[in-house]
Formats: sequence, C-alpha cells, structure tokens
Amino acid sequence: MGFEKIRTEAMSQRKAMQTSPNARVLIGTGTCGMAAGAGDVLESLESELAKSNIEADIIQVGCIGLCYAEPLIEIIKPGMPSVFYANVTPELMSEIVSDYLIAGNPRADLALGTRGEGTLDGIPQLFDLPVLKSQVRIALRNCGNIDPENIYHYVASGGYEGLRKALKIKRQEVIDEVKRSGLRGRGGAGFPTGVKWQFCHDSPGTTKYIVCNADEGDPGAFMDRALLEGDPHAVLEGMLIGAYALGASEGYIYIRAEYPLAIQRLKVALKQMEECGLLGDNIMDSAFSFHIKIKEGAGAFVCGEETALMASIEGNRGMPRPRPPFPAQAGLWGKPTNINNVETWSNISAILRRGADWYAGYGTEKSRGTKTFSLVGKIMRPGLIEVPMGITLREIIYEIGGGIPEEKAFRAVQTGGPSGGCLPASFLDSPVDYESLAEAGSIIGSGGMVVLDEDTCMVDIARYFLAFTQAESCGKCIPCRWGTKQMLDILEDIVSGNGREGDIDLLIELSEAVKDGSLCALGGTAPNPVLTTIRYFRDEYEAHIFEKRCPALACKSLISYYVIPEKCEGCGICARACPAEAIMGDKRMVHVIDQDRCTKCGTCFEVCPSKFSAIAVVSGEPVTVPLEPVPVGSKA
Amino acid sequence: MTLQQVAPTVPQAEENTVEGQVADILALYKGEQSELIPILQRVQGELGYLPELAMRQVAGFVGVPDSKVFGIATFYAQFKLVPTGRKIIRVCRGTGCHVRGATRLLSELEKELGIGPGETTPDLEYTLETVACFGSCALAPIVVVDDKVHGRMTVPKVRKLVEDEPVSSQG
Repeated sequence: MGFEKIRTEAMSQRKAMQTSPNARVLIGTGTCGMAAGAGDVLESLESELAKSNIEADIIQVGCIGLCYAEPLIEIIKPGMPSVFYANVTPELMSEIVSDYLIAGNPRADLALGTRGEGTLDGIPQLFDLPVLKSQVRIALRNCGNIDPENIYHYVASGGYEGLRKALKIKRQEVIDEVKRSGLRGRGGAGFPTGVKWQFCHDSPGTTKYIVCNADEGDPGAFMDRALLEGDPHAVLEGMLIGAYALGASEGYIYIRAEYPLAIQRLKVALKQMEECGLLGDNIMDSAFSFHIKIKEGAGAFVCGEETALMASIEGNRGMPRPRPPFPAQAGLWGKPTNINNVETWSNISAILRRGADWYAGYGTEKSRGTKTFSLVGKIMRPGLIEVPMGITLREIIYEIGGGIPEEKAFRAVQTGGPSGGCLPASFLDSPVDYESLAEAGSIIGSGGMVVLDEDTCMVDIARYFLAFTQAESCGKCIPCRWGTKQMLDILEDIVSGNGREGDIDLLIELSEAVKDGSLCALGGTAPNPVLTTIRYFRDEYEAHIFEKRCPALACKSLISYYVIPEKCEGCGICARACPAEAIMGDKRMVHVIDQDRCTKCGTCFEVCPSKFSAIAVVSGEPVTVPLEPVPVGSKA
Repeated sequence: MTLQQVAPTVPQAEENTVEGQVADILALYKGEQSELIPILQRVQGELGYLPELAMRQVAGFVGVPDSKVFGIATFYAQFKLVPTGRKIIRVCRGTGCHVRGATRLLSELEKELGIGPGETTPDLEYTLETVACFGSCALAPIVVVDDKVHGRMTVPKVRKLVEDEPVSSQG
C-alpha cells in the first residue's frame, strides 16, 4: 500500500469519526492511569453505556501528563468542545454518562477543562490552566490525543510526514536539517544530535546500525515510558529518518523489561508499519530498507551507557569499554552505530516534518527546543511535562506543579537522577538549560525532577542516590566500585549518628577520585548528588556530624517520638496501632513511648487524631515527659 | 555436541522436566550469542527462575562456557537463581517514593515477613523485592503485589496488605 493511500485512509477515518453522531470518550490507560484505577472506570463506562443503550466510541489513549488528575477522561460530543474530567471514579463515571452524555449537562462542578472550539459555562480552557499554559508539546505531541495502537491516528496527525520529506532529500541534507535545529541528545549528555549523526555518516562501511536507547533507569523518571506507551510511532518514525540519513539498514530498540506495556505497544506499532510498507524493504516505495528488532534489557542501570548497552545487545554483561573508538566508528559488532534516546527520536520526526527553524524557535541559544520532565516528589501536581528550554525552575515548580503541598517550605529540587544534583531555593530563578544546570553542579539529565520539601533530609538524599549507584556500579573500574562503597559507608555513618570530623572533606576527596577514575558516566557523575548537597547544604551535614541532629527530622537514628503530655487525651489509638507495642497507657491516661522499644516507624504520628496532634518528633534536643503514664490533665 | 542436536531425542514422557522445558525453548533459537539474554529471559519466564542445570543447558546450546552464562545471570537484576514465592511484593524505591517514606514501608515488610529484599519466605509464599522506579510517582509511595499497584501506601496499610493477602487469596 502506498503512503498516499494510507494517508487518504487515515484522513477519511478521522473525518468519519469527527462527523459521527456518536460521542467519543478518550480514557488514559497508560501504566499510571491504570495504577490510578482507569481499568475500573473503563468497565463502569462500558457497562453504563450498555445499560443506557447509547452509542459512544471509546478510545484508549496514552498519558497526557496530568498524573495528579488520573484517571482522566475526555468526552467529545459532536459540535461541542471536548470536556476533561479528572480523578474519575467508577461512580463519577456513571454520573457523567447520565448527566452529560445523556442529559447534556457537562457538570461544570466535575470538569477540569475544555479543549477545542467553543466554551462551556463555568469550565476553563484546559490549556489555560496553569499546569499546561507554559507547556509546549513537541516530543509528546500526540500523547493522550491518539490511540497509540492505531497507526491511522498517527498518520492523520501528520505522522510519517517527516519521513516522507526526508526520503525526498539527500541524506546529508537530512543531517544538516537536524544540525540546524540545534537538537541535543535528550538522554542526558546533551551532545548535538546532528554532529553525532555526521560522525556515524562519515564512518566508512556499508553495514551500520541505529539504536533507540529506551533503557530508562533513573529512579523518579518515566518520560520515555509515557512517550512509548502514548505515541510509539513518533519514536519509530524518528529512527527511520535517522537510518535513512546514516545509511543504516538495521535498528534496535533497547528497552527495559520493566515496561511491559511500552514493549507491547512497540510490537503492535512495528507490525502495523510492516503492513503499511513503512518498515522492511523499499519503504514508501523508495530504495530505502530498514528493519527494527526489540531487545529487552534485563535490569542493569549501567546499560543506559552506550558501550554497555551495545555489549548487552551482543549478549554480554553490560560493562562499558573505553572510548575511542566511539560507537560511531566501531559500535555493535564493530560496525558504525548511532544511539539516540527515545525523546530525541521523537523530536527528530517532528523536526523533519515542521522544519529546523520552527524547532529552533523554541528554547535558548545553546539549548534549542523543548525538554520533557517527570515532575514528582513533594509537589501539588506531579506529572509528565514538556517545556521550552530556558523556562525557570520556579515556573516549573510553582506554576506547572502548583507548589509544595501542606504549605511546607521548598528545600531543593533534584534534577538528573543519580547523575545530577540538588539545587536550593537560590536557583529557582535560573533558566533550565544544559549550561545553567551544569554550572550549578547538576545536570538536565534524562529529565527526572524531584521536588524536596523541608521534611527531606539532604544528607539522606545523597545517601539514597549513592546507595543506588553503588549497587548499580558494574564493577569494572575500581574507583567507582570501591569509591562509591567508601562514600556510601561514610554517608551511612553520618545519617546514623556516627559521623566524624573530617568526613565532609573525605567525601569531597573521594568524589574527585571516583569522577576521575571511572570509564563511564555512571562513575563519572555518581558523586554529583553528594557534591551538590555538600555545596549547598553543608550545614545539614555538620548538624548530623557534630550535633547528632537531623534538621529535617528524617534520619531514624537521630530522631525520637514523644507523646506531648499537654495534648494527649488518652484515647489509646496510638497504643493499639503501635507495631512494636512500645506505647504504654490506659484510657484517659497520658501515653508514654518506651524509647528502647520504639522502632521509629512513625505509625503513632500518622494515627494520632489531628485534633490532638499529640505526637512530637524531635532530633538532638532534650524532652521532658513523664516516664510512666499519668492521668490526663495532671501535671507531669 | 550442542543441545539443539540433543533436543529432538528427549522422550515425550520427560517433556515436563526442566530439561525438556528448556529444550523446547531452545528449539526456537539459532544459538547465536546475541540470543543469550533473550533465551535466559524466556527460560526464567517459564520456570520462574534459572536452575543451574538450565543455565548449563543454555551454555551448551549457545556454545559458550558455563561461567559466561552464570556471569550474565548474576550481572542482571532480572535473573533469579532461586525459586520465588507465590506472591511477589515489590516496593518501589524511586526517588518520588523514597521522599514519601518508601524506606519505612520496606522495613515494615521486612519485619512482617521476616525476610530481606530479594528473599523468599521459607514456605515459598512471599518474595520481597525492590524496584528502582515504577514510574507511577504521582501515587507515591507504591507497593505492588503481583501486578496490583497499591498507591499512597502507609505503614498501617502495608501491614494490612500482608495480613489480608493470604486470606483473600483463599477465596
């Protein structure tokens, strides 16, 4: 089937859908939507529709990024703007069906926003909401809007248009277009994509490989998963364009086995591409042929590193090797290989379709275009966002993210996962681009962005990331293998109250050694979380070491739980809930926590009714409480 | 002699043995080294873990030393060398979950089940695991029992999870 025919079919399908008298209901059923309960909502929707005997087209879509609002549904009635409903439960779903689909009341009280032409009383425009207003969707352009398992949906949204354009120009012209766009690798390092392509293009040899790095391993990052689940064709089209430009006929997608839905979506997409003549021999009736294989990773963070990833595809342990030779010279099985990340590939298909100038119109001089982030942690509206480079951290955290919950104070924002760092409030007005974050000691990385509030201990965060990299170190370079271990031991000592004078200097010294002595970026960046927290939160390290105090009241060994005698009403809830049976006291008696038995699990703190708030957490300060239960109201 | 040549001679009656099961899987592959990890993934998918004999069988089939297969099986976190429990409880240790108290959930589960992460209860009922990130950070902290995701977990909720699970599984 020629591409023209496919496009005609896609457009006529879209037209039929738009002119259909049926309402359309879009429901987000990505991993996060399902985790939030979209499955039950879908069931409720189907049964309500069947019960009331009305026809509606249900379309399962990927994640639009409003994780806080999941399960999220969008209802499009003919001639009306579409209406989004957030946090839908099966009960709400049945109300929405009867009130809006049947009776025509859009239930402004439940609606989150509208999209498309026209307005509805009392419902804001979705893209006017602070959470979406400053976002620009390029890589995620179709996520949440199309059925990711239907290639016609993608084609009707301009899909494979970029490939069609690329195939009409010379290979070098495609590379020049990518260079002109200013796109830099979205996997973390930020190397200019066009320049990387040129290296591989110029390498001698007839067999070349293209790889999509979908081994998203940073804890707290899920951009690539959401993109592959929501719009796999955008990524695959990018790979085809790259393969054409570099003269590769074979490609691999290296994806985490932990992402079963994304793998399934990719398999469906590859099959549809073959059926449509977009994969295999003579793509779009041209001389260009390309094949793609999926390789499932087996759970090793280091395989995100290019040379380790290639070793893994070849069937070895995923251990990095020295560069040069670079993959562009000698990669998979010794052949020139070009590896780009999921988000980079998705940008490629957009750039070829809409032009380098359009793309370069977003972002800053050195960091063009947009970047996706998974915005999580202590934030009102966690989600998957895509913003123009150069936006400030403040805009991301306070406008898009809605600030910190429970009126807590902002402590830091962690970017770049285990390779990145923690930035304090003084950086809130810094632009988010490759240079600015690097200067501050952190990195953009693949796009994890974790907001930390006053309850988060910065020493513990450093320990957390070090524990991760230490466990994930492949063991090849001794400074990484043993250096991270020594650093972790020191950090464990500090958070458990055994820190010693000189520990901070030793950590800095070890950091330098690990950075200098490691082959790959895992070791080269592992000390970043430690170095940035020392740089910006040195006082917290000192409080742990010298005063045996955790200012955030987070480090178990340094805190104690107490019942405040003046506030305790002797209800007994905490004593019954305490798993360690460490709380003494009968009804109407001020309860007392046995400090020797207390495991500091925090259960009492959680269960004490908020009208009493009688449990206190303290660190490094003396507390006077009765040693035995006393009657409520009596002087301690 | 590679196992591909041996495979057809495995008698019908032994098809259900580990050796037979592995041979059936190997019959789907060519024996190239790049297939090593996919083969091990498939074997584990079938058997639940990688018994020593199965690893030797795979090594013979691909034509690499046993040590190479063992090296791969121990390098990647996905591979297990011992059987897992009937129920797998996984605690997310992503950053989003960590700052929302995942450590406390993990130590509670360790205490309730009497095992550490990566271990299985002696009655083979539970395996406790940690994962780097489920990517459901908006619902942090997350605990996944088999494939059911439990979001916004607390210590009391986790305790209830373990207390309730065996009962509900009977029904």
